[in-house]
Amino acid sequence: MAKQFDQRKETEYSSRDLETGCVITDPGNAARYKTGDWRSQRPTWNTLRCIKCGLCSLYCPEGCIAPNAEGYYEADLYYCKGCGICSRECWTQAITMIEEEE
Amino acid sequence: MMTGKRIGMESSLGIAEAVKLANADVVAAYPITPQTHIVERLAELVANGELDAAYIPVESEHSAMSACLGSAATGARTFTATAGQGLELMHEVLYVASSMRLPIVMAVANRALSSPLNVWGDHSDVMAVRDTGWIQMFAENGQQVFDLTLCAFRIAEDPEVLFPVMVHLDGFHLSHVVEPFYLMEQDVVDKFLPRFRFPLALDPDKPLTAGAFFPPGVYGEARRAQDDALRSVRPVISRTWREFEEISGRSYKPVETYRADDARVLLLTMGSFSETAMLAIDQLRERGQQVGLVRIRLWRPFPFTEFRQAVGNAETLVVLDRAISYGGPTGPVCAEVKAALYSEPKRPRIVSYVGGLGGRDILVSEFVEMIEKGTALAESGVEEELLTIGVRV
Ligand code: SF4
Ligand code: SF4
Repeated sequence: MAKQFDQRKETEYSSRDLETGCVITDPGNAARYKTGDWRSQRPTWNTLRCIKCGLCSLYCPEGCIAPNAEGYYEADLYYCKGCGICSRECWTQAITMIEEEE
Repeated sequence: MMTGKRIGMESSLGIAEAVKLANADVVAAYPITPQTHIVERLAELVANGELDAAYIPVESEHSAMSACLGSAATGARTFTATAGQGLELMHEVLYVASSMRLPIVMAVANRALSSPLNVWGDHSDVMAVRDTGWIQMFAENGQQVFDLTLCAFRIAEDPEVLFPVMVHLDGFHLSHVVEPFYLMEQDVVDKFLPRFRFPLALDPDKPLTAGAFFPPGVYGEARRAQDDALRSVRPVISRTWREFEEISGRSYKPVETYRADDARVLLLTMGSFSETAMLAIDQLRERGQQVGLVRIRLWRPFPFTEFRQAVGNAETLVVLDRAISYGGPTGPVCAEVKAALYSEPKRPRIVSYVGGLGGRDILVSEFVEMIEKGTALAESGVEEELLTIGVRV
């Protein structure tokens, strides 16, 4: 679903640019919010263990896990907050959390 | 020109009449002394079909204001009323109402705060919600309560305003007093206060997000925008009051004066005590003293220009506060007045009095005393941080 959002960064708005009551009239623009910013660990998948059940994608609070072209599940790191829920819930222990480098 | 029949009615019931004539859609309220008669009467009007509105009997004032948020966000004309502790309990939600620009109208029957427990009137509750971003105005008698409530809907809903409005009336001294009223005809009110379309109304066909998350990079801009907007509503308020005068014959101004034109000493009051203060002014005038009264009707946004004009020529200004800023500049109104005048090249000497706390009367003789002692003190140049009137110390 391609949606045209106001592409300005938050720091590009002056007080005069804001809508009355600071309402947001292009709903869904939270999709632009990079929740992956504060991640300190990232999930990694062991495809030898993954049985493509999709459970991890249901548990992910960000809804950022989806199957790739081969049907294996992976996280969109723009949104993944590194909470580790997927890793904890995967019943085949296919997901390992590793430290982010910086 | 006074239109309509003159009747006697308790001020609280007068507010309910105004809300009925305004044809409010939703009333969400929790009863608390001394505001109870307002919402009790409204519940009755809804129950017996005289007011076609949804009455939401909530479990607390926090919920009352929260329900009002939801109701106003759909574009429904929304009213509530509270007092004292109730106003404090809704405190955090008040900010949401103003920052989301929801045109809610609320009557506040001003009441002292605990502890010690006291249900009577003073302005402690008002002063605690000073900075919540609401438009706030003070009524001095029953007629004004009725008039200002009607005007409050019109002001709140004006597309150039879109802010919630508090109408303050002194608990008991005004809320429970039977006053003479000129009510208005429904068709006159309908013309003055037509159905409105809230431009930010929740609408499945035009979805929007209200009350969203604003990180540090843009939060300050949001606050600045809100303050700019609130400051800019002053002309609309004056215009609305002028239009109201055309249909009622009763005029309201952000700052009002009584026998103040050539006054060397001015007394400043807010709310129903102003009428007692007028008697004191009359007495002193009879004795040939050049004294007058200034009343701040519009408390927020503060009417700086009108206020400076009203007091600019006086030598002494005696300010009465009905609340204490503990350990601070004592009288919160006086502190504001001093701030408003500090930059003026010509300004009166200012004396701050606190009195009328927790429903204590201030007698005419005490107003006279305040003016006389205050003037002497101002002339002596001594600064007193805490002067009380009628308090045994
Ligand atoms: S829960 Fe585990 S096994 Fe199931 S799809 Fe996700 S990674 Fe694969
Ligand atoms: S770590 Fe958390 S946010 Fe990231 S993919 Fe797993 S469940 Fe989702």
